[in-house]
Amino acid sequence: MSYQSNLPNAPNEVFRSLADPTRRGIFEHLVRDGEQNVRALTERAGISQAAVSKHLSVLKQAGLVRDRPEGRTVHYTAEVQGLAPLVDWIGLYGAFWRDRFDRLEGVLDRMEP
Amino acid sequence: MTAPVAGARSIVVERYLDHPPEKVWRALTDERLLGQWLMPGDFRPVVGHRFTLRADPVPHWNGVTEGEVLVVEPCRRLVYRWNTSGAAADGLRTVVTWTLTPTPGGVLLRMEQSGFRPQDQPNFHGATRAWQRFTGNLERLLTVPGGGAG
Repeated sequence: MSYQSNLPNAPNEVFRSLADPTRRGIFEHLVRDGEQNVRALTERAGISQAAVSKHLSVLKQAGLVRDRPEGRTVHYTAEVQGLAPLVDWIGLYGAFWRDRFDRLEGVLDRMEP
Repeated sequence: MTAPVAGARSIVVERYLDHPPEKVWRALTDERLLGQWLMPGDFRPVVGHRFTLRADPVPHWNGVTEGEVLVVEPCRRLVYRWNTSGAAADGLRTVVTWTLTPTPGGVLLRMEQSGFRPQDQPNFHGATRAWQRFTGNLERLLTVPGGGAG
């Protein structure tokens, strides 16, 4: 049973959602400890259940958590694959530096000893 | 609940160069040479020196990288802060470390850019476009007459 969205994550949403330390904490907690319901997360967060729910809905929008309703309770699981845009972005910096290394070699070849 | 971010990421690029360490060091630290391969700016290899590198502005990024020299060990190691601004109030804060290791034929040059964390990412959008523009400029640079002599 899966509630996974097949839509690719919008990178900006991933970055925005993880820019908030409380949301980052909730996400890390789910990564570390597996599936949790809102009440369990609230006990750990030290903020209201409404605030936790709002954070969870932002994370869900960004494709970083998925939810599984069960009766009157909703369980949340981290969607680690949702971090892919972050990895792609860091890869862009790698491309930037490789390009700069190429240019540097060109400069060295033309420099006097 | 504010757990620290696990594992700040870093990028490492290494390359063997057929040039002596002194020459590679000059290319890494001479303002005029730096402008030919990295970005134009007012770099000086002096600990504590603050510098600004400027690329052409693009939407969402003013093209400015601010830096501060942290370590200067001539022909061996160079470390500076690498911060972008103008894209978001919370810009990118990283550290760039160059290491030169002598080899029989020249030098192994290693660049590590460290400190990528999720909270460093708000300027993602501008950065993407900026970095993409940098690729493929090599040929144009190599055809500049008289560039790099000295």
